[in-house]
Amino acid sequence: MRWLRSHLVGIAALPVLAFLLIPNLIVIIFSFNKPRGNYNYEWQRFSLDAWTNPCGTPGICGSLGLSLRIGFIATIVATIFGTMVAFAIGRNRFRGRASVNLLIFLPMATPEVVMGSSLLTLFIAMGIAPGTPTILIAHILFCLSFVVVTVKARIASLDPRLEEAAADLFATPTQAFMRVTLPLVAPGIAAGALLAFSLSFDDYIITNFNASPSSVTFPMFVWGAAQRGTPVQINVIGTVMFLAALVLVATGTLISNRRARAAA
Amino acid sequence: MVGQLVEGPTAAQPLRRVRRNYTPYLLLLPGLAWLVVFFVVPMLSLASQSLQTGSVDTGYTLTWHFQTYVDALSRFWPHFARSIVFAGTATVFTLLLAYPLAYFMAQKSGRWKNILLVLVIAPFFTSFLIRTLAWQTILTDNGPVVALARSIHFTDLLQWMQLTSNDSLMNSRFAVIAGLTYNFLPFMILPLYANLERLDHSLIEAAGDLYATPVQTFWKVTWPLSLPGVVGGTLLTFIPAAGDFINSRLLGNTQTVMIGQVIDSEFLRVQDYAVAAALSFVLMAVIVIIVALYVRRAGTEELV
Repeated sequence: MRWLRSHLVGIAALPVLAFLLIPNLIVIIFSFNKPRGNYNYEWQRFSLDAWTNPCGTPGICGSLGLSLRIGFIATIVATIFGTMVAFAIGRNRFRGRASVNLLIFLPMATPEVVMGSSLLTLFIAMGIAPGTPTILIAHILFCLSFVVVTVKARIASLDPRLEEAAADLFATPTQAFMRVTLPLVAPGIAAGALLAFSLSFDDYIITNFNASPSSVTFPMFVWGAAQRGTPVQINVIGTVMFLAALVLVATGTLISNRRARAAA
Repeated sequence: MVGQLVEGPTAAQPLRRVRRNYTPYLLLLPGLAWLVVFFVVPMLSLASQSLQTGSVDTGYTLTWHFQTYVDALSRFWPHFARSIVFAGTATVFTLLLAYPLAYFMAQKSGRWKNILLVLVIAPFFTSFLIRTLAWQTILTDNGPVVALARSIHFTDLLQWMQLTSNDSLMNSRFAVIAGLTYNFLPFMILPLYANLERLDHSLIEAAGDLYATPVQTFWKVTWPLSLPGVVGGTLLTFIPAAGDFINSRLLGNTQTVMIGQVIDSEFLRVQDYAVAAALSFVLMAVIVIIVALYVRRAGTEELV
C-alpha cells in the first residue's frame, strides 16, 4: 500500500508516455509491412521493400528535397533575424518594448489557418503567384517568433556579471560579445534553430495556402497520398525522422548536461 | 598609459551613448519588418477581403459588405461551436494526462529525467501528419484496439455518449478528440515540466510536516504554484487545436468537420474569398477574446 502510494505518480505517468510513443512505434513497425492494397493499415508480412527502395513512390523524394531546402533557408533566416530581435529586447530597455513583445507573441497565438489564409489574401491582392518563394516567406514568419522566445529565455538566464568581468579584463564590447556572451547564448540559438527547422519541415496547413502544384513539400505529399492510400515509403521516412530526432535531442541534452557539470 | 586608460572611455562616451540608443532598433529592424509586412499587413488584408464583394473571375472591390459576416456565421456557426467544444475537451484531457507525467519527470524521475525528456521531445520533432496517419492504423476496424474496446464494452459506452455512431472507433468524434489530445500533448507537457521543475520540494515536505494530507498538499501547494505552467500549456494546446483540421479530416467524418476545414475549403476549393476571410477573421477574434478572458481570470501575464 505504501509502495503504491509513493509510486502513484509514476504509475499514472507511464501510460501517458506510452500514449505519446505508440504511434511512433506503429510507424516504425509498419515500415516493414507489405500491404495487400493501397492502404497500409493491416499487418500482412515482413518485407524490406520500402527500405531498399525509399524513393519508390513517385514524387516522394522530390518533395522531401524541397522540404529540406525550404527548411534550411527558413531556419537560417529566421534564426539570424530572431536572434537579433532577442538580443534587442533581452538586453535593452527602449520605448515601444511592450508593443514589440506583443508583436512577437501574436503570431504564436494565431491559428495556422488564419495565418495561412491572411498571407494568401495579401498575395492575391498584390498579384503574387504562389510557389516556393511564398512558402519561404510564410515559414520564416512563423519560425521567427519561436526563435525569439527560445533565445530570449537563454539571454535572460545569463549572469550579466560575466560580461562586466570581461570588460574589467579590458575586453572591448565586441570582444566581450564574441568571446563571452555569444558562446553562452549559443545553446539557446541552437535550440531555436532546431525548433524552427522542425516547425518548417512539418508544416502542412500554412504551406498548403501558399503553395502551387509545382511546389509540393513533403507534408503536402503525405496529405495528397493519404487521400488515395498510404505508401509504405512514408513510414520509412517517418522512422528515419524519428531516429534522427532521438539522436539530435539526446546529443543536445548530453552536451548541455556536460556544460552544466563543467560549470558546477 | 594611465592617461590613455582614463581618457579612452571618456572620449568614446558620446559615441557609445549614440550607439546604445540606436543598436536595439537596428537589431529589431529586419525581424520586425518581416512581422509587420507578412503578419500585420496580411491581417488587414484579410479584414479588407472579408468586406469585399465580387468573384475570383471578375475581381473583388471593397464595398463594406458586412452582410457577409451574418451569412457566413449563420451557415457555419455549428462548425465554430464544434471546434471550440472539441478543442476545449482535448485541452482538458491533455491537462489530465500531462500533469502526472510532467510532475513525475520534474520531481521523481532522478537519473531517468533526461531519457524521459528525450522521449517526450523526440516525437514532437517527427511528422505530425505521419503520426496522425498512424492513428488510422491503430484505430482500424479489424485491429486489436477495436477488439479490446469491444470486449470491455468501451465501444458501447462511447456510443451511449454519442462519441461514436457504431461499434468502430475510426471516423468519429471520439477519434478526432483522441487525435487532438495526442497531437497537442507535448505542448502541455513541456510548459508544465518547465514550471514543476522549479518547484521547491521542501515546500511539499513542509506541508506534510504541518499535517496536510497528500491531497491537501496538492490542492493548496503544488497546484497553485504550477498555475503559470497550466495557463501556458492550455493556451499552447487550445489555440492550435481550435484551428486544426488535420485530425478532423483524417480521423473524423462529415459530422466532425471543424472550422479550419471550412476555411480551408472555402478558400481553396469553393474560392469564396469573402466568406472564407470573414470566417478566418472571426476565428482570430474568438481566440483573442477567449485567451484574454482566460488570462485575466487565471491572473497571469507571464506567457512568453
